[in-house]
Amino acid sequence: MNKTVLDLWVGLFVIAGIAALLFLALKVGSTSVVSVANSYEVVARFDNIGGLKPRAPIKSAGVVVGRVADIRFDNETFEAAVTLRLDNRYAFPKDTAAAIMTSGLLGEQYIGLEAGGDSRMLKDQDQLFITQSAVVLENLIGRFMYGQAQEGAPQ
Amino acid sequence: MPMTCDWENSVLKQSIENLGNSALQGVRRIGFAARFFVAVLLHSGTAFRRFGLTIREMYFTGVLSLIIILVSGLFVGMVLGLQGYETLQTYGAEEALGVLVALSLVRELGPVVAALLFASRAGSAITAEIGLMKATEQLSAMEMMAVDPIARVVAPRFWAGVISMPLLAALFSAMGIFGGYLVGVQLIGVDEGAFWSQMKSAVDLERDILNGVIKSVVFGVAITTIALFEGYDAPPTAEGVSGATTRTVVASSLAVLALDFVLTAFMFRGLN
Repeated sequence: MNKTVLDLWVGLFVIAGIAALLFLALKVGSTSVVSVANSYEVVARFDNIGGLKPRAPIKSAGVVVGRVADIRFDNETFEAAVTLRLDNRYAFPKDTAAAIMTSGLLGEQYIGLEAGGDSRMLKDQDQLFITQSAVVLENLIGRFMYGQAQEGAPQ
Repeated sequence: MPMTCDWENSVLKQSIENLGNSALQGVRRIGFAARFFVAVLLHSGTAFRRFGLTIREMYFTGVLSLIIILVSGLFVGMVLGLQGYETLQTYGAEEALGVLVALSLVRELGPVVAALLFASRAGSAITAEIGLMKATEQLSAMEMMAVDPIARVVAPRFWAGVISMPLLAALFSAMGIFGGYLVGVQLIGVDEGAFWSQMKSAVDLERDILNGVIKSVVFGVAITTIALFEGYDAPPTAEGVSGATTRTVVASSLAVLALDFVLTAFMFRGLN
């Protein structure tokens, strides 16, 4: 085979391969990691985090504003200490409330932020004091059954 | 003492000897393959200095594998679209079809199926070519002319395979996602916006796409090494070459599947 024709085909092959990689990178995937340089971290403590996992989204008004960076167990307060990595573009008041929510009935868990009214803003390594734990389905069902049993009991 | 007299010619002794011999042969081959792999890496200079050699091999391993890779990718994606829709429909989650198609292709099917096709399409050809070169004493003739066959013949084929494999796997995945889009959106009528946006939010660049590319590079190294070694080690007869070609396809397919398990265990175990 002619050498230039061969080079041409291999060149086309390489271009097509790189185009496929770019298609996968740009059109199919997206990077979910908030870069460390453009973010700040705050800590929130929860009694129960349910099924929250690292890299879970943090949403405010439904918009993703950050990711869960780290989850640890605090052996002094017996609470879960969750490190939230928030995008620098979004500033939240000091008295912002964090709650662990579930998207849909069986969906993944995420942290919802509800902005407060404080005029001072959160800084790096601050702590969120108003938190709401995950709703554990078993507790909810247990409470419901207990209520039902009390209702049906003979007076 | 009848026991000691019998021992010399007994069937038991024979079979133990056979077992030991085949074990030694196996160890010898593994050792030879490892030294062969190191030799290929050490003699790779020519493959890059005279890049024309590698480009020529990329035509035979990469470009000529394009048709089978693209067509298989399209059909695998279309089948995923049909089957995925059937199952997701039961849970009322038809919009997640894009996520299902993209994740299964980018994480597993793209690298693995492309590697299996590459092993049977290009790996067997490499083994047959090198084996025949050896049988017709072309490799010995090169050595006579002070040309190192590892540097001149083997290394360019190795690097051509290693470069081609990730490109082929990416093309397979891209084609498969297009096939899933054709069936899911155009044929069945899943919402187009939901198909793409849910896919984009669920597929992670680092965890899914980069790991898929790493997998395909590892598969490329494994397949081309096995193919080149089997060819180089083939008995220089017609029968030997045909046996080596068969062994290449079997061994590299098994290696791909086993490596895939190991890589997946490392890449995805700690997450979620």
